[in-house]
Amino acid sequence: MMDKRLPDLATAVARIEDGARLMIGGFGSAGIPFGLIDALLDHGAKGLTVISNNAGAQETGIAKLLKEGRVAKVICSYPRSPGSIWFERRYEAGEIELEVVPQGTLAERIRAAGAGIGGFLTPTAYGTLLAEGKETRVIDGRGYVMEMPLHADVALLRADRADKWGNLTFHGTARNFNPVMASAAKYAVAEVRKLSDVPLDPERVVTPGIFVQGVVEYGVRP
Amino acid sequence: MNSLTDAQLAARVARDIPDGSYVNLGIGKPTHVSSYVPEGREIIYHSENGIIGVGPTPPEGEEDFEMIDASKRYITTAPGAAFFEHADSFAMMRGGHIDIAVLGAYQVAENGDIANWATLDEKFPPAVGGAMDLVVGVPTIFVMMRHTNRDGTPKLLRSCTYPLTGLGIVSRVYTDLAVLDLAPEGFRLVELTPGNTLEEVQALTDAKIHS
Repeated sequence: MMDKRLPDLATAVARIEDGARLMIGGFGSAGIPFGLIDALLDHGAKGLTVISNNAGAQETGIAKLLKEGRVAKVICSYPRSPGSIWFERRYEAGEIELEVVPQGTLAERIRAAGAGIGGFLTPTAYGTLLAEGKETRVIDGRGYVMEMPLHADVALLRADRADKWGNLTFHGTARNFNPVMASAAKYAVAEVRKLSDVPLDPERVVTPGIFVQGVVEYGVRP
Repeated sequence: MNSLTDAQLAARVARDIPDGSYVNLGIGKPTHVSSYVPEGREIIYHSENGIIGVGPTPPEGEEDFEMIDASKRYITTAPGAAFFEHADSFAMMRGGHIDIAVLGAYQVAENGDIANWATLDEKFPPAVGGAMDLVVGVPTIFVMMRHTNRDGTPKLLRSCTYPLTGLGIVSRVYTDLAVLDLAPEGFRLVELTPGNTLEEVQALTDAKIHS
């Protein structure tokens, strides 16, 4: 019988190895799996590549991973946010590698990975520094840049509700990167505000359970 | 020299946004444009993090932690709002579904190039966000910024010196001193902030202003 419910956060992150490529959902502070990140800190994996829109702020979430020296590389669109002190400190000291990706290209590279696409052409960044070294093509007079899919070993997600089949719903703007990241990782696990005892209404499911390998209840919001 | 305040500048930009437009407001100063839309117009605001129909700031104490805009400020929903995930959000931008974007900028050049994501300071981490996707997908790009840097050096240039965000895509620039269109010949004067002369504004502009 299919049951993707996990007993606790520690179980959800237990398989994350040193050097793993990790997608972390969220934008700003909405939709960030703070509980799973805390569990990952306790778990101790290091040398991580973190793929996320931002690079954390203050002393929570991704910023805490950076503070504790667990991150080797950040792939993101916007590392510099108000209060992103730990990113800035590690970056200035040359302690982490940074790959800046335009936000739409980041989402689409993740989507391509999840959808089995081998790469795609986007006009975004054509003629700019972020296209340097990449293949380009002109189609109907317009320049495009070839971008490659972005896969991950594990995706850490935050959702509003889940059922035991791993179907997810979201709340407000906390959806952001979570659905697309679910599709692009070998193992996608979501902390959810509420685990539903009954199947979620199929008309309201946003991320179908086929993309999700584990769900764990974590009702706390910072 | 007469200089518009940020609020006056936001109100000036808002006047040029037609009824029924889908609009993306960049982070920082452009977010204030929504507060000055003239009566009788319905403008639908898109925020890259997954909402069309951004409503006003919630009253204190009623903020929802999972309801924010691209500037990470708390928001509400307007009637007709919808939520979506990031790949869809950027399909709206890249796919040409949004009518107008209002962006801040470090520099704009007379050929319509814009630089607003990185400086030449290597210690200052670059942060591109959604700017490069917006400028390739949205047909009308308004730039809203101070006419000069704090030290008085020009931001309207013959060519940008900072890394580019987009090439030849700016439609119009609103500054505290003037409004300028990007025409085939370069910057073309639309209007001066009342009390300013073209000579005064030209002296603070690297590129030629055509009248």
